[in-house]
Amino acid sequence: MTAVATSTDGPTFDCRVDFADELAKLAREDDRIVAVCNDSVGSSNLTAFREEFPERLVNVGIAEQDLVGVGAGLANAGLIPFVCAAAPFLTGRATEQIKADVAYSERHVVLCGQSPGMAYGELGPTHHSIEDLSWMRAVAGLPVVVPAGPQQTRSAVRWAASLGRGSYLRIPRFKVPEVSQEGDVFEAGRAVQMRGGEDVTIVAVGTMVSRAVWAADTLAAQGITARLLNMAFVEPLDRAAVLAAATETGGIVTVEEATTSGGLGAAIASLVAQQKPCRMRILGIDGQFAPTGTASYLLDHFGLNADGIAQAARDVIGGGRG
Amino acid sequence: MTTTHPSTIASTVLRVDEPAAAAYSQAVARNRTLSRDGLRSELVKVATGVRRDIITTIQGSQLGHVGGDLSVTDILVTAYWHALRVDPTRPEDLQRDRFVLSKGHCAAALYSTLASCGFFPRAELATFAKPLSPLNGHPNRVKVPGVETNTGPLGHGFPVATGCALGAKLLGEDYRTIVVMGDGEMQEGSNWEAAMTAAHYELHNITAIVDRNRLQQGARTEDTKTLEPLHDKWTSFGWETRRIDGHDHLAIAEAMGPSTTGKPVAIVADTIKGKGVSFMEDRVEWHHKVPSDEQVLAALEELSG
Repeated sequence: MTAVATSTDGPTFDCRVDFADELAKLAREDDRIVAVCNDSVGSSNLTAFREEFPERLVNVGIAEQDLVGVGAGLANAGLIPFVCAAAPFLTGRATEQIKADVAYSERHVVLCGQSPGMAYGELGPTHHSIEDLSWMRAVAGLPVVVPAGPQQTRSAVRWAASLGRGSYLRIPRFKVPEVSQEGDVFEAGRAVQMRGGEDVTIVAVGTMVSRAVWAADTLAAQGITARLLNMAFVEPLDRAAVLAAATETGGIVTVEEATTSGGLGAAIASLVAQQKPCRMRILGIDGQFAPTGTASYLLDHFGLNADGIAQAARDVIGGGRG
Repeated sequence: MTTTHPSTIASTVLRVDEPAAAAYSQAVARNRTLSRDGLRSELVKVATGVRRDIITTIQGSQLGHVGGDLSVTDILVTAYWHALRVDPTRPEDLQRDRFVLSKGHCAAALYSTLASCGFFPRAELATFAKPLSPLNGHPNRVKVPGVETNTGPLGHGFPVATGCALGAKLLGEDYRTIVVMGDGEMQEGSNWEAAMTAAHYELHNITAIVDRNRLQQGARTEDTKTLEPLHDKWTSFGWETRRIDGHDHLAIAEAMGPSTTGKPVAIVADTIKGKGVSFMEDRVEWHHKVPSDEQVLAALEELSG
């Protein structure tokens, strides 16, 4: 429950800034790029975009079903809409539009869930988006992308713009350090291995990646080598990397700022259970609504920090509760 | 259990019927030169054929929504055979007019109309709702040329159509967008979200039509959740509103004309569920009842004019 000392000396970033900056760059290069929002110009960090491209910022007001439907229509017209809203409302209120109008209709709409996970902290579970990974993963043919920092956020924006069909991007608001290096690959279905190791594998996404790095460092100091995978694509998963981890290391710990009922951990468990069973721990929020607290407090409350991740790794290796 | 399906269903995506498409394009060009009586007579003829195809298509599949299919037929036919600029040989042309059937459960009516235009061979109607057919119980744009978006859950088509119209405005394109909703469907809140968006963006290039047949699945709309005064609702949402007889082809054609105020245009089209088959007309049970073979013969007899 206690907060853990982490290497937070370096700078941290609100990835919405990188998202908006990269989107503006893309818009300068491609006239088809438009942003669509639900009164969320500020919370999606689109104020500068609106100033530069006033005609290409569509605001449908507080109306998420209309937001996604209009986005699908704009794609029908030949534009490339980036549909931006707070993740809980985008993925919760407009789930059926995402399913029918975007995914099933195969429309190139980039769904941008802002401030996901428990980023809204004290605003409470109505404003938390911990279900989005489960809901979006359940929609056929919809890639689910969870950038871990500024570089992956920018890569995700570019990747989604050229995909030719819809996708869901989960844009972090909770400040994170840069975890990527220049030259890191960003490909659908391909994880980035951030640490080598054989004793255990940690698979992390989004805001949890930097914490997993700290956990791996903690474990290394204890003589445990942890392989660390940044699985930015929850869908499609890097199946080869997961199966290799299940084969070559002592087990897998997954960690996500999301419910454990259907996101990253569930995806990996489903894969290894069918193809290469191994010991696992799935870290996330387990079947409950968060109490009141800041985002940082709540992450610690649920053990989503370096200590919690390192402990889960030791459990897997030691055959403890797992 | 393995099942063998007819080879006609091996193709999962339908393609244009070239000769039918050519005949359609010529006929539509000719329709625009006809007198009012001439146009009416042409549209009545096409509508009768489409109604017959709806009946036999549903007979073949043993499922469908015949009541709403027959109430929306004259709107569909007037749209495709008079108002819309579409070329079935180029269904993805970016300049095409957009037509969205938001009441996607009336797929058999949409398919019969699209087939009449040659978007795909009319013979394919026999595969409607059969295993692996591209002609699903609700329309799928990926498999059926001419379908703009996959509808079925109500309250989806109108926001998408609003996006199509807004896209035209942003791109400086002059295509138009027509969307047709069921009247019961107006109980979905998403439609009123779209109504506000289209009015706010002054989308004079969209026409939203309500197929006002006064029945929904289980009862009359006014006994379920009151829709009237529907005309006033649209007007208060900022739409130029027209109320017409939805079976009068010339009235439909005229109402599909351009906005005179710069506002988006709403048409409340008063229709009769089951229109054209006397024993189906205005009867709630024909929402999705399937006619017996005897009833099919009786219906086709009535539709032989």
